[in-house]
Amino acid sequence: MNAIAKDFKQAAAQVASNGKLRAFMRRALSGYEVTRETTRRKYQNWSEARQAASEIKWDAVNHLDKYLQEFIAKLEARGTRVFVASEGAQARDYILQVAKENGVRSIIKSKSMTTEEIHLNAALEKEGHSVFESDLGEYIVQLRHEAPYHFVFPAMHLTREQISDLFQKELGSEPTNDPEELTMIARRVMRQKYIEADMGISGANFAIAETGMISITENEGNARLTCALPKIHVAIMGIEKVLPKLDDLALFLPMLATAGTGQALTCYNSLYGGPRQPGEIDGPEQFHVVLLDNRRTELLADAEQRDSLHCIRCGACLNVCPIFKNIGGHSYGTTYQGPIGSVITPHLRGLQNWKHLSSASSLCGACTETCPVGIDLHHHLLHNRRNAMNEKPLWWEKVLYTGFAFLMRRPGLYRIAGKLGAIFFPLHQLVNGTRLDPLRNWTRTREFPAPSRESFGDYWRKKKSREEANHGHS
Amino acid sequence: MAIPDQRETVFARIREALRQPAPRRHDGHVDYDVSGHSDVTEPPPASDAFRAWLPPVGPGLDEQIVLFAQNAAQLKADFRPVASLDEAARQLAALAGENGWKRIASHRHPDALGLAEKLGLNCLRTDSSFAAADLESCDAAVTGCDALVAQTGSVLVTSVSAGGRALSVLPPHHVVVARRSHVVPDLASALHVVRKLYAPHWPSFLSFITGPSRTGDIERILVLGAHGPKKLTIFLLP
Repeated sequence: MNAIAKDFKQAAAQVASNGKLRAFMRRALSGYEVTRETTRRKYQNWSEARQAASEIKWDAVNHLDKYLQEFIAKLEARGTRVFVASEGAQARDYILQVAKENGVRSIIKSKSMTTEEIHLNAALEKEGHSVFESDLGEYIVQLRHEAPYHFVFPAMHLTREQISDLFQKELGSEPTNDPEELTMIARRVMRQKYIEADMGISGANFAIAETGMISITENEGNARLTCALPKIHVAIMGIEKVLPKLDDLALFLPMLATAGTGQALTCYNSLYGGPRQPGEIDGPEQFHVVLLDNRRTELLADAEQRDSLHCIRCGACLNVCPIFKNIGGHSYGTTYQGPIGSVITPHLRGLQNWKHLSSASSLCGACTETCPVGIDLHHHLLHNRRNAMNEKPLWWEKVLYTGFAFLMRRPGLYRIAGKLGAIFFPLHQLVNGTRLDPLRNWTRTREFPAPSRESFGDYWRKKKSREEANHGHS
Repeated sequence: MAIPDQRETVFARIREALRQPAPRRHDGHVDYDVSGHSDVTEPPPASDAFRAWLPPVGPGLDEQIVLFAQNAAQLKADFRPVASLDEAARQLAALAGENGWKRIASHRHPDALGLAEKLGLNCLRTDSSFAAADLESCDAAVTGCDALVAQTGSVLVTSVSAGGRALSVLPPHHVVVARRSHVVPDLASALHVVRKLYAPHWPSFLSFITGPSRTGDIERILVLGAHGPKKLTIFLLP
């Protein structure tokens, strides 16, 4: 087992044995499920809507070159500078260069998982820029020097008491257990940062090819301020975010909200089509759009799993996943947690190092069922398992299965093995589940069924001879 | 030294990857038969079709206003249909008194600016350049809009209709002035409205505002006024 998989197992076991944290998460997520169901029931036909969303994303992803080209041309025609980065390092270097050329000191950010993916904050801070996450949840995890716990609810693992302690320690605020007061503390801090910032960095939820606009979905208004006040706005997004038409938003905005948070629509759904245009009085003088590949094209090349690029990052698959609920977000060690993270991370960061995530699944299919764009998530976990094994077969598994096949084809040997099993079972019971047990990985959490005293073969033979004997008597 | 853009490399990778067709899926179900290829050229569903699946909206304007009012109430927005500009002015003056407004902000807009100026308070206008800190110190912003969306209770604003990007988000109370003719059934119709108004000279900023700013980042408990306005008041004029 590699070191990443070991860390994963250890972290997962730790959370799984923390009943308090699990109960806290379960409460939060069951609240989400109730709200989502209430909102979803208002749709006249959610499954048709879902099918349509899936078809639109299929069209977008399977003609990605065409739509990206259109998107870029439309943006550039209105003064936006577009940079296409094949890897994270290039995206980082480009943003650092923009910051340097413009003498940027203070940077305000709104939520962007793509920047988490390329570790942008660390790179900016290393060059002496101060970076502030403005989304409340992101700000909280930034102050804790932690990664987001969930890519939609970054601080969902923390109680108000923990947040109050954090604010006391880091911001010198008065202790309070009132979520509203805690929110206002962050609001006051951020107000100053927006006004001071020379650069705003955002992500994007959708890239509209038809009109050359990015669409940002949020609730707090922090992304709007990030895109309104600083003189430079940099938006970074994966190349798969494209939607063909502006009107597609009439379907995707409500579906993203419903699947993501259970809202009918999130508070702000904003479109940005360029820097400040002639006649406009505010908005940034420079607008940069960074399009990131970072191995998304490898996922694109896998036709079987290409639909995982349909993902709109609503987080619904995490919210319903029994594994996520029991091992929490940090255990994954990935930018994208939960089922979608387990599917795409092996493609983005290496199959052999991340294949263990595909086995951390009950294959219950709740993720696939809830996905608003119909990604075949739980089958992709199986595809990853198969691909990992084909790429790098395990010698002992091969030996095991060859042996098993050998045994199964020879009834005589099979019978003997059955008898041996019945003899060895009581001996095994002496060490069952202890450190001396060679099968400990299996037996310490599971009961091994006792072999029956009589095999079916024996039973059948006895039955037959009994019947024959009876027959002879009559 | 400029960082070289990688678009040629990335586009080459995309085209290479797409040479193999992907199976279509239906509701999570895989249709592995891609031999026919015929359905690939079939156009994806268009926005007219969305209406049959999304939450229902009645056909009449009055019905839509009722739905908007219901949604606004649920979103904790303050929706006020009024009979005249004068009535709106009276109600706005009452709001200013209750909330102790000292300074407000508005922009060149026939209804919004007229209403704001009637208050007789110091009024910052965002029609020419302004300092963000000045706008931040205002107690309320009065703006116009492009559409009100019945289905979601949203207000559609643009940098043209709402005095730029910051005016409708920086002050703690956002007052929107709309007319009955602004009410549309759903998001698709709202997008149609702005398309007719602006395309191809789109404003650089458009936003669907759905209730006052909010967050649930602490224990999933709803708090209003996260970073944007804590209050949203919408006047509906005849």
